[in-house]
Amino acid sequence: MIKIFIIALLINNVVLMRYIALCSYIGMTSDVGQSVGMGFAVTFVTVLATAATWPLYHFVLVPLHLEFLKILVFILVIASLVQLVEYYLKKNVPGLYAAMGIYLPLITTNCAILAVTFENISNNYSFITSIVYAVGVSAGYLLAMILLAGVRIRIRNSTVPKFLQGTPILFVATSLIAISFMGFAGLIK
Amino acid sequence: MKRLWNVFKQGIIYENPLLMLLIGLCSALAVTTNVSNGIGMGLAMTFVLLFSEIIISAFRKVIPNSIRMPIFIIVIAAFTTIIDYVMQAYFPELSKSMGVFIPLIVVNCIIMGRVEAFSYKKGVLDCVADSLGMGLGYTWVLVAIAAIRELLGNGTFAGIQVMPASYQPILFFTLSPGGFLVFALFISFNIWLKGRVGKARAGRDIVKEDAA
Repeated sequence: MIKIFIIALLINNVVLMRYIALCSYIGMTSDVGQSVGMGFAVTFVTVLATAATWPLYHFVLVPLHLEFLKILVFILVIASLVQLVEYYLKKNVPGLYAAMGIYLPLITTNCAILAVTFENISNNYSFITSIVYAVGVSAGYLLAMILLAGVRIRIRNSTVPKFLQGTPILFVATSLIAISFMGFAGLIK
Repeated sequence: MKRLWNVFKQGIIYENPLLMLLIGLCSALAVTTNVSNGIGMGLAMTFVLLFSEIIISAFRKVIPNSIRMPIFIIVIAAFTTIIDYVMQAYFPELSKSMGVFIPLIVVNCIIMGRVEAFSYKKGVLDCVADSLGMGLGYTWVLVAIAAIRELLGNGTFAGIQVMPASYQPILFFTLSPGGFLVFALFISFNIWLKGRVGKARAGRDIVKEDAA
């Protein structure tokens, strides 16, 4: 269980090693507060989505032999879940809504969430393992977001070669972060 | 005909989804460790884009504005399911090596973006041209990135040994940091290219590059 968590968090980091959720990784890291808000919103929804889609797949789609509807059902479940969470937070937990509410509509189509729900199915994880995996992957996402947001502050204050200005330097920085993450590969035998 | 051609060629350079609009990045880097994966992903993507655009454009007058997003998603998900099963049946190897990225076509920003920005407003023929242009634009970038990464990282091109046997493959390029680096250089090259072309076509409006 811990092994799955560590692998998802560091060794197979969702952004740096597997290139999932790159759009928001590049788009939402212009300041640290924003990237933390986005990271926690994704964590929250990923865990909820896993808790919703796993029983749905194993107790509804499999008995009815409707596994081929997986993609369609999962994306609709996640989209409506995000809507529900948004309304619930707005009404009952305004503090939390203020912190991450604006990011919620953006993450309906975040690849990381959908990828986690698919992988839980294709890896035949049990319910508890699925939740652990979901937490691990989204914590990895949060970590990568914070790292890049930190690097971007430094980039802003330094002289970047002209041909790398703008987006290219972000990918170069990401490449270097990814190299350092490769050092974690030996962590688990 | 000229109009369709203009729509078609937009996607290849000026509005290239990967290099100019910077959308749909996830799949672009993940599958480009070798050329055949790149081609497979490009074709799968073009298929979904083409049919989604045709269907939505054909029904655009009857789709109510307020619930258009869920309808778009359902249409896209249907075609993604089709391509997922087709690839599992006919190209099991390819399907296995791309793994979760085929189902993830459904949340690829390129498709949603084109459907929303283009096919909900334009006719079916324009949509065919647009989706083929965008699909080709996506595919050529994928194949180009994949060619560099496979050649340097593995010494092969589409599985065929190209480099001399004495060549020591630089594993870095097939691993994820190499992917990021190659992509960074690609965007950089394209910005330069756009600057050159932009000077030559002075006065014409070109999509403004935003550093995101």
